[in-house]
Amino acid sequence: MMRTVSLETHSVRQVNQWLHEQNAKLEEENWQITEPQGRHALACGLDQALKLTIDGHAGYYCAGMNKQAEVVIEGSAGVGVAENMMSGTVRVRGNASQCAGATAHGGLLVIEGDAGARCGIAMKGVDIVVGGNVGPMSGFMAQAGRLVVCGNADEALGDSLYEARLYVRGTVESLGADCEEKNMTPEDQTELAELLHAAGYRNTFRTEEFRVYGSARRLYNFQIDQAGPDR
Amino acid sequence: MTEHSSPLPTSQRESATFDRHTIAEIHRAADTGIYDIRGFGAKRAVPNFDDLLCLGASMSRYPLEGYRERCATDVWLGTRNAKKPLHIKIPVTIAGMSFGALSAQAKESLGRGASQMGTLTTTGDGGMTDEERGQTDLLVYQLLPSRYGMNPDHLRAADALEIVLGQGAKPGGGGMLMGQKISDRVAQMRTLPQGIDQRSPCRHPDWTGPDDLAIKIEELREITDWQKPIFVKIGATRTYYDVKLAVKAGADAIVLDGMQGGTAATQEVFIEHIGIPLLAAIPQAVQALQEMGVHRQVQLVVSGGIRNGADVAKALALGADCTSIGVGALIALGCNHPHWDEDYRRLGSAAGFFDDYQDGTDPAGITTQDPQLTSRLDPVRGGRRLANYLRVLTMEAQTIARACGKSHVQNLEPEDLVALSVEAAAMARVPLAGTEWVPGTKAHE
Repeated sequence: MMRTVSLETHSVRQVNQWLHEQNAKLEEENWQITEPQGRHALACGLDQALKLTIDGHAGYYCAGMNKQAEVVIEGSAGVGVAENMMSGTVRVRGNASQCAGATAHGGLLVIEGDAGARCGIAMKGVDIVVGGNVGPMSGFMAQAGRLVVCGNADEALGDSLYEARLYVRGTVESLGADCEEKNMTPEDQTELAELLHAAGYRNTFRTEEFRVYGSARRLYNFQIDQAGPDR
Repeated sequence: MTEHSSPLPTSQRESATFDRHTIAEIHRAADTGIYDIRGFGAKRAVPNFDDLLCLGASMSRYPLEGYRERCATDVWLGTRNAKKPLHIKIPVTIAGMSFGALSAQAKESLGRGASQMGTLTTTGDGGMTDEERGQTDLLVYQLLPSRYGMNPDHLRAADALEIVLGQGAKPGGGGMLMGQKISDRVAQMRTLPQGIDQRSPCRHPDWTGPDDLAIKIEELREITDWQKPIFVKIGATRTYYDVKLAVKAGADAIVLDGMQGGTAATQEVFIEHIGIPLLAAIPQAVQALQEMGVHRQVQLVVSGGIRNGADVAKALALGADCTSIGVGALIALGCNHPHWDEDYRRLGSAAGFFDDYQDGTDPAGITTQDPQLTSRLDPVRGGRRLANYLRVLTMEAQTIARACGKSHVQNLEPEDLVALSVEAAAMARVPLAGTEWVPGTKAHE
């Protein structure tokens, strides 16, 4: 059974309330939101292993702070899709605006199109796989987790990076402060293969086509040279 | 602290421009090549609540009896949009201070003391600890730029949410937590490597500007089913405009932190030179709220240098709904207590001077993660001391309110105040004592 609700006839508040009522006890597993019309804060705060399809474009913070749920956006997503996600899966069939997966702690975010600036900013354990390109400052202050970019990365990739690992198949316009290319280890290859498989790209891209980037760890401790007036 | 063995000859004159502290700071800068990072808060003298006096009742006003007539102190917060606004019993709350900056014992003490007095306390950069939630009846959960430890379960477990845009000690700057305080537990809560010098960002990662903030607030309301009040905290700078934008974005309450507010670690130049005093900020905030027709509907919580009940009363008289304390609360727990003077001196400081919160060597066990030091702070005793302090703050504020003839501390008003200096009169927008002159108002230009 699929429960279908239209945002033409119901408010975001009403629909989110129905979804949140599943948090306590899962009674309806499959959901579909139609006519989303780019509304903000759709399906945020889910905490149940339900399956939700959003049949169109979503606005800001779609599936924000998601736990457990499997959300598919059959269009593009606005700013901060799956921000601070804890677990579950969010898939965007189209493109995602800036700050996709910001500060997310866990789960898997797949963006089949391109992602805007600051994709994976301050990510804290989430896995993000982008089928296309990512905008500037992606992976800024990324603390943990993995960001896989199957296209190109714009400037300042991984600026002020902590322990997240960034895989890029195409070109990197420039690296941000303290981000450097690392040697791809067999463990990295295995990890990347698993991520591509999870995202549905196992037969689309080969791991050998990617490079891996990580933190040079030169900014981890406060030093005089880092605080100089030229910075 | 250097002790002089003999007094200086009277012929020696200290420079007012290059005083001893300034000279020492230049020497320190020349020695190290790096700016000073410290905690506590501003130490320079700025116009403050001591520059205001309250006008007690006489013929033109009736005072209330100190022990027999009621003077209420309760405050509602978050009545604008939330299904469950907060009702606190005293007009003083505990400001956001992180686990990491503070020990778990200190956080627990704050929760215990606040709960004993029926008020709230606030998390900080680094998330919510079980000790804090467990001992706190009313807990405000902060959403900071770093989002360290941000967890939707904690959002739902909190009694209110506070979006932090800035802090009075460092408006425009992010937090710092030096490596010596990043214990295993702190590192785990913040998803950071142990021992690094953590520098929080100064901007939120997923929104910029007031229009985005409105959508962010909408998201938080949706996640919490519109149950929780949402506060917006700002450091006092361009307060009039910031308050208007925060209200427009949907804030239920404004938390306004003046430049005398505390910090766990920030560059001294930041602490002493950025932001404006609370005295100047409150009238701007009240004006903004009044012009938008939401004064008392969007509550105003003010912090930054609140020390005693007179400060509380004067802040309320200027139009705040409530005050909040940070440094004062830590002092109540035992920070800078003479009992630890020998330890402070071993660190090159002394009781009453200690501000090296960033080092993690606090002898009082408050601003440290060292297990030997933190064990010095008994949370039960700390909570009792804080409750005592909060009780005194409240009784002092009541004393002033009754003297001014008010049956509720929130009935204090600007006309109950006069200023002792032209500067304070201009900032607080109350008359210079003995005159009707409010510098800067059109009626007197």
